[in-house]
Amino acid sequence: MNDLPFLDLTLFLPLVGALVMVLIPKRWEALLRLAALVVTTATFVASLGVLASFESGTPGFQQVTELSWIPEWGIGYITGVDGVSLWMIMLTTFLMPLCILTSWTIKTQVKPYFILLLTLETGMLGVFSSLDMFLFYVFWEAVLVPMYFLIGMWGHGRRVYAAMKFFLFTLAGSLFMLLSILYLYFASQGSAAAPTFDYRSLVGTPLALEVQILLFLGFFASFAVKVPLVPLHTWLPDAHTEAPTAGSVMLAAVLLKMGAYGLIRFGIAFFPDAARLLAPAIIALAIVGILYGALIAIVQHDVKRLVAYSSVAHLGFVVLGLFVGTIQGMSGGILQMLNHGLSTGALFLLVGALYDRRHTREISEFGGLARSVPVLAGIFLIVVLSSLGLPGLNGFAGEFLVLLATYQSYGWWVIPATFGIVLAAIYLLWAYQRVFHGAVSIEANRNLEDFRMREYVMFVPLVALIVAIGVYPKPFLERIEPSAKQIVRQLNDASVIPETRGLAEAP
Amino acid sequence: MPEFTPPQVQLAGVAPEITLLVSALILLIVDTLIGERPNRWFLPVMATAGLVLAGAFAASTWGDNELQLSGAIALDGFASFVKISLAVFGLLTVWVGRDYLVRDALEDSEFYALVLLAVAGMMLMAAAADLIIMFLALETFSIALYVLVAFKSGSLTSQESAMKYFLLGAFSSAFFLLGIALTYGAVGSTALYGGRDPVSEPGIASFLSTSPTANTGLLVLATGFLIIGLGFKIAAVPFHAWTPDAYQGAPSPITGFMAAGTKFAAFAAILRLFDATLFSLRAEWRPLVIAIAVATMIIGSVLAVVQDDIKRLLAYSSIAHAGFILTAVIAANDRGVSGALFYLATYGLAVLGAFAVVSVVSGQDEARVRLAGYKGLFFDHPALAVALTLFLLSLAGVPVTAGFFGKLVVFGAAVQASYSWVVAIGVITSAIAAFFYLKIMVRMYLEESEGESSPLPIGRLAAGVIAITAVATIGFGVVPGPLLRAAEDATMFFQPAPETGQAPLGG
Repeated sequence: MNDLPFLDLTLFLPLVGALVMVLIPKRWEALLRLAALVVTTATFVASLGVLASFESGTPGFQQVTELSWIPEWGIGYITGVDGVSLWMIMLTTFLMPLCILTSWTIKTQVKPYFILLLTLETGMLGVFSSLDMFLFYVFWEAVLVPMYFLIGMWGHGRRVYAAMKFFLFTLAGSLFMLLSILYLYFASQGSAAAPTFDYRSLVGTPLALEVQILLFLGFFASFAVKVPLVPLHTWLPDAHTEAPTAGSVMLAAVLLKMGAYGLIRFGIAFFPDAARLLAPAIIALAIVGILYGALIAIVQHDVKRLVAYSSVAHLGFVVLGLFVGTIQGMSGGILQMLNHGLSTGALFLLVGALYDRRHTREISEFGGLARSVPVLAGIFLIVVLSSLGLPGLNGFAGEFLVLLATYQSYGWWVIPATFGIVLAAIYLLWAYQRVFHGAVSIEANRNLEDFRMREYVMFVPLVALIVAIGVYPKPFLERIEPSAKQIVRQLNDASVIPETRGLAEAP
Repeated sequence: MPEFTPPQVQLAGVAPEITLLVSALILLIVDTLIGERPNRWFLPVMATAGLVLAGAFAASTWGDNELQLSGAIALDGFASFVKISLAVFGLLTVWVGRDYLVRDALEDSEFYALVLLAVAGMMLMAAAADLIIMFLALETFSIALYVLVAFKSGSLTSQESAMKYFLLGAFSSAFFLLGIALTYGAVGSTALYGGRDPVSEPGIASFLSTSPTANTGLLVLATGFLIIGLGFKIAAVPFHAWTPDAYQGAPSPITGFMAAGTKFAAFAAILRLFDATLFSLRAEWRPLVIAIAVATMIIGSVLAVVQDDIKRLLAYSSIAHAGFILTAVIAANDRGVSGALFYLATYGLAVLGAFAVVSVVSGQDEARVRLAGYKGLFFDHPALAVALTLFLLSLAGVPVTAGFFGKLVVFGAAVQASYSWVVAIGVITSAIAAFFYLKIMVRMYLEESEGESSPLPIGRLAAGVIAITAVATIGFGVVPGPLLRAAEDATMFFQPAPETGQAPLGG
């Protein structure tokens, strides 16, 4: 089964597809759409290869490819997958064809649009599969450019402002990460070994506590913006709301996860002492985010903005799980990353479907839609319930694990976090009620077209997955757990190693 | 009685410069002989031939390592690297310049001759192993550039900026001369290296190495004046005041040439002078250079934000870039020298490409240089907009462009030398800088063009230059290895003693 390098194939198929699409004349719009769909579907199939060859029960990296790239600086092309990244990769490749399908309604500048989406996919997949810090940083930044254009060129309303804000917030954060990476790189220089960007060699680099804290904060600056943690979240509502549907889906489902993923993979693994020391503060921020995001979501009158703020709350749960310091919390957090990707991705797709029909996102413009579009309403209800964590759907397992773990480690801290779930029920169900129930007050809502074939194709697999994870999360969790265990061990067991280097001597 | 031995004249070290001087003369003579013709295609052809030949001479001495002409000229990898790069810059300038001159009906043989002379002076700057030669080189290219800046004979701004450039340039040259005089007073020679016997063949390096206890006060003072003279040429704060005016007034191809070439030549002198010759005095000059670098990065990037003329904007950006490269000078290690060389070569290509686009877009008599003129460029001229985007991303240091790798190596060198805090400032200013590059991109992609889209005649040569620089910018970003290796080979003249103990200023 391991004959083909499925991971690298998955990684570069979209980029190759994008390059081929450059050659297609821009007036052949149907062909361009089709090509994008074929490429992303092929990428998904290739990623199924990654999933099939993945051995559950082992914590380390699998399917590693290692090539020399810039040996002068110890930079290599190293990719691999473990339990943390596996589901993120699958999530990305799974959602991408759906994003292409939802983009069927894009009418302007079709060619650059799909090329950018495919480039974006390679960037996102690269973030999750890089095991070389240089390579990781390249992909991390490479995500920024296509997303900037997607928001700026095909977005709504204040798109220019949103795109600019998104770019600058993220870039400012990641430049601090670059500085930390460089420091770590030179600190990794042993007595014999040359400095390296290889992730696997960098883990366990002995660092004094104050250095760890500074470097952790450097990485944290980048990841906390991306997650986003309050108070660095202000770019999110603008970017998510103004982006085209596919952009919002990718932002919420994948880009936010890049931040959480970075916290696990780099923040905790490189600087366990700093992470342990700062965990209470981060957990406090996460809980503030849960409550703040939920409260702001309640008062939104724009459906899309509501979903955007709900992301702030949900990602709070993820971060909470990652830093409570137990295996349950870590696994729950990682599972919640996948769940949030599916639920919120689906919510954005549905809001996009509504927008395509009514060209508005104002809640007050809707009402009684359940009568005119019953299928859309039904699907919307399932997704809403999954998002608010109803048992039997995917959202429940992750949030439950996180709250359980929080209670075990932090006791009463769990109370405000649990309120977040109650608030989620309020804002989601209330919005659902106002959009789909009640009397039809606006004539335009009376005769709307229900799901078309294209939309069935999009939502049937999504809903199937949402139910599947809810009913039987074991196959998902058992692939996550070994890696989660290993990271929690790193977080809890590592202590300041006696042979440390101070700020002045290192690197 | 010592026997008379005729001095051995070796010219390999200055063969490229001689070639350029001779070609410039031939070019002028041929033009006079042939007289007025409607299409003087032979002028750029001859200039091209001269530059190619000069580059070939420079390449042929790759790997040599000696001093020639009584120790006044260094023949080493460093000089070869700089000379080859400068020949390339010259070629690109000549080609873009040709299209520009033909469009604005300014073509004259003087233009090509002056470019060749300027390149010759810049090359000599890189090879100078004697302060007097360095001064001659500096004046040679400066005087050629004063005239080139004023080349738009009908334009008042062009005349005015040339006058400002000239007056301030002459002022700074005086400081440089004073530095030379003080050096002579301290050392008894103006040679950088000197012979084995410090008494009969004095030189700065031999003075410092043989008499470490000697009173270096006068030499330190001289160093300060030399920094002023060279700081003017690299456009470092507070010697930067001429830059925006000169960049704005000069014909766009010349602006690009100044940004790429002048910076490279002056930095070559700085690297040779400070990181090699005056290496042991680094405790003395470092604080000064750090102050300049920090001020340059901050002022350059902050003032660029408020510009609305693209040439002034790029002028301030070039000031900021001088600050970034100075961090490598501060590092004063091998990685710093090779990093600076890599940075300067790739920065030169990107900035030449950017100004090639500017000179095409600005149209007849450079009427369209306001940022507003770039509105909707993507929709009217997608190829130009995409190319300019690439150059701007490279200047901003976004992966996978060459500019990113340049920033990485330059900042990396400073981190290695324990100057992380200087890099932290560099990182913050890079984020500010990203803002104004984005501003241009916003105009090109996210705003509709105003009024009618006038057709832009794009000359074949200019198109070629844009294509070459664009490919190089991506190419050296994805595969920086070969250029980096060459830059590392080019540091072979430099043998700084290993850093002992703590760096002078600490981290």
